Amino acid sequence: MASGEMIVKGGFIIDPTRKIDGDVGDVAIKDGKIVDKVSSSAKVIDAKGKIVMAGAVDVHSHVAGPKVNAGRLMRPEDKFISGFCRSGMAQKNGYRMESGFSIPSVFKTGYDYARMGYTFVMEAAMPPLLAPHTHEEIHDTPIIDEAALPVFANNWFVMDYLKKGEVENTASYIAWLLKATKGYGVKLVNPGGTAAWAWGLNCLSLNDPVPFFEITPAEIIKGLIEANEYLGLPHSIHLHQNNLGNPGNYPDTIAALKIAEGFKAKNKFGRESVMHSTHLQFHSYGGDGWKDFCSKAKEVMDYVNKQKNITIDLGCVTLDETTTMTADGPFEHHLHGLNHLKWTNVDVEMETAAGVVPYIYDKNVLPNAIQWATGLELALFAKDMDRTFITTDHPNAGPFTRYPRVIKWLMSRKAREATLATMKNPDKVINATYINGIDRELTLFEIAQMTRSGPAKCLGLSSVYGGLASGMNADVGIFDLNYKDMPKDAEKIETALQRAACFIKGGEVIVRDGEVVSHGHKKTVWVKVKIPENPQVTRDVSQAFTHGTYTIDIRNYPVREYLAPHQSIIDVNVEA
Amino acid sequence: MFEGYSITPDAFAGKNAAQIAALPGHEGKIHVTIGDFFEVSGNGGETAADTDIVITGDCTRVKYIGARMTAGTVTVNGNADMYVGGWMKGGKIHIKGNMDSFCGIQMEGGELLCDGDAKNHVGCAYRGDWRGMKGGTIRVKGSAGNDIGTFMLGGTIIIEKDAFIHVSTHAEGGTVVIKGDVEGRVGGQMVKGDMYVLGKIKFMMPGYKKVDTVEKEIDGVKATFDHYIGDLGERHPKSKGQVVYANLYLKAVA
Repeated sequence: MASGEMIVKGGFIIDPTRKIDGDVGDVAIKDGKIVDKVSSSAKVIDAKGKIVMAGAVDVHSHVAGPKVNAGRLMRPEDKFISGFCRSGMAQKNGYRMESGFSIPSVFKTGYDYARMGYTFVMEAAMPPLLAPHTHEEIHDTPIIDEAALPVFANNWFVMDYLKKGEVENTASYIAWLLKATKGYGVKLVNPGGTAAWAWGLNCLSLNDPVPFFEITPAEIIKGLIEANEYLGLPHSIHLHQNNLGNPGNYPDTIAALKIAEGFKAKNKFGRESVMHSTHLQFHSYGGDGWKDFCSKAKEVMDYVNKQKNITIDLGCVTLDETTTMTADGPFEHHLHGLNHLKWTNVDVEMETAAGVVPYIYDKNVLPNAIQWATGLELALFAKDMDRTFITTDHPNAGPFTRYPRVIKWLMSRKAREATLATMKNPDKVINATYINGIDRELTLFEIAQMTRSGPAKCLGLSSVYGGLASGMNADVGIFDLNYKDMPKDAEKIETALQRAACFIKGGEVIVRDGEVVSHGHKKTVWVKVKIPENPQVTRDVSQAFTHGTYTIDIRNYPVREYLAPHQSIIDVNVEA
Repeated sequence: MFEGYSITPDAFAGKNAAQIAALPGHEGKIHVTIGDFFEVSGNGGETAADTDIVITGDCTRVKYIGARMTAGTVTVNGNADMYVGGWMKGGKIHIKGNMDSFCGIQMEGGELLCDGDAKNHVGCAYRGDWRGMKGGTIRVKGSAGNDIGTFMLGGTIIIEKDAFIHVSTHAEGGTVVIKGDVEGRVGGQMVKGDMYVLGKIKFMMPGYKKVDTVEKEIDGVKATFDHYIGDLGERHPKSKGQVVYANLYLKAVA
């Protein structure tokens, strides 16, 4: 946090948290926080003719942890095609070399997020056993504040408790694990399916029983919603659904979303949702196979629009060569069978698994083009932009550095048409999707909802991130776009958002004229739950380590303090 | 060690000697120029196609000569370091001495001729990549090391003497001709494409099956070959109802 005063003067302010849409005004900053006013000696940053938004919040991105590193090891060619290996900036004293495209180095990750004005990024899937490594990597990523979601939905303790209907025990276990791993919330990846993968199986439908545990994905999802609300965590459950990426999966998607019906968010963080369904693009497909593969974005969004207690993120396909990586082990094996590219898989003891496969989203390959349209349609059909967030499920559907391009497509019908026109079979794409019938062009205000106020609220962080109200973190992005005279050429929107004219984080100037000028002061955010001791859970956990179910000693399991030196802890108290 | 990625007819075209000497290169992380290492005389042609580059002197520590070139010629009167003609699309490179590893990697067209030996990874894919040489011709008059034509998709590689291990590993097209002997691992995990070995293979891959004995002419040599198909442990596409295998033609013992 920087001390001293600063004022961002005369920009077009876009702040959905205060319903400000392009009014010219100032943002005053003192000691790292936004304040009502500052003295006349405050440092002035001129934002005249430019837009001013809060630092952006990424709700779902794979930026740290063992599978990201597996991807880096597996794809030296990803560094080669990036062409950034000798950036001019790295030559300057104090900056580190950047490399990689779909799986960038930690430095490139921090720098590129900052260049786009991002202040907070959620690592979307942390294997608990490997949390120490994940935190080391998070700490090595400069500038951005980060948190990580441990995965729970294939965890043996969770499945065992939920099979017996023991929500309180599940909640106590979650509280213990969040503390041990310095985790943020409850992530579900292919509930039950990844556990079944240890038997060479999968759970494609919500009612497929998990081998040995005899519990279904639907029961796991429901039980974890109950446990999450029992604890009152800042974030809702964060769900990567079953049956990802398969033609005709949309009825399963809606069925899973329906599990949230009837639940009400219970927390003191201002969160209203009980389920976040991530990278929905991969779950909104019709058709019986790849031949009649089509978008069902409208059908899925018709449900999402009605159901107010769920939030979603897009997972937009950006038509790039990328690296897919997920704790959905069986899916990665399936993908490897489709594209024959190199594949790796890791099984994480009693907790989860992960797979990595490179993938090329080719605009001339019909299913890829349909996926591209589907992701954008989800946003264009959305009625509540505070519940719909922009992601590319980095790096699965494309690298996060393409967010400005996704925004360009969302803000300009012309830009969508231009991309469509370069495809090999635009007519076939149009027939299988809704994209050509949609005139809607999102506004900057809506983009700010999708990238700032919305995700901050869904993560229970709206008191500090996602807005420019007094008392919030002084994270401010200034972009070279004239609100009153937006460029006719949508390419300019992409360029302006790719590299901020100025980005301030914690009251410190981090980016100036699109280039990083400070490493800032990053923080690792995690949730500490205070809950009365649960003797059964304590006994179960200790037995798992002493009876050899785990291969390591319990003393080596938790994330030690030195691995996360700059913590920002959110306290949750659960009464007895 | 000089990274001479600017030593291409494409970069030299339309420039005079002083401008060519000012072209960039790297020595590790340090920016240098061609002029720091070479004396340049003469001018580039109008286009790459009418630019001929001749290098005299030892280039044992000069990498990327002719990399990514599209036309014209480069002649080196001596040895060259790694990545000669990598990613080249057209034109001709002639190395009169030996070449180090990674020559012609991911090459798409043109001709690369070496009078001496080549080290490893001739015409293969970049580390980790699965898209190897797509077109063009590499001819090594001496012998070569290991990993020849790994992940090859098209084009021709001719090694006039011996090769060590790993020929056409993972390949899905293209032709590799080894006129001498090979130690082993010929065509491992190969999906499609052709290999000719005119000498002996010391250790044959178990995934190859002899199907025929045929008369064939390859690179001016007419001989009787044992025809093997494989790698039977790898996936194979179908074409017109027929499974397509990789072919290994091994000169029959007389």
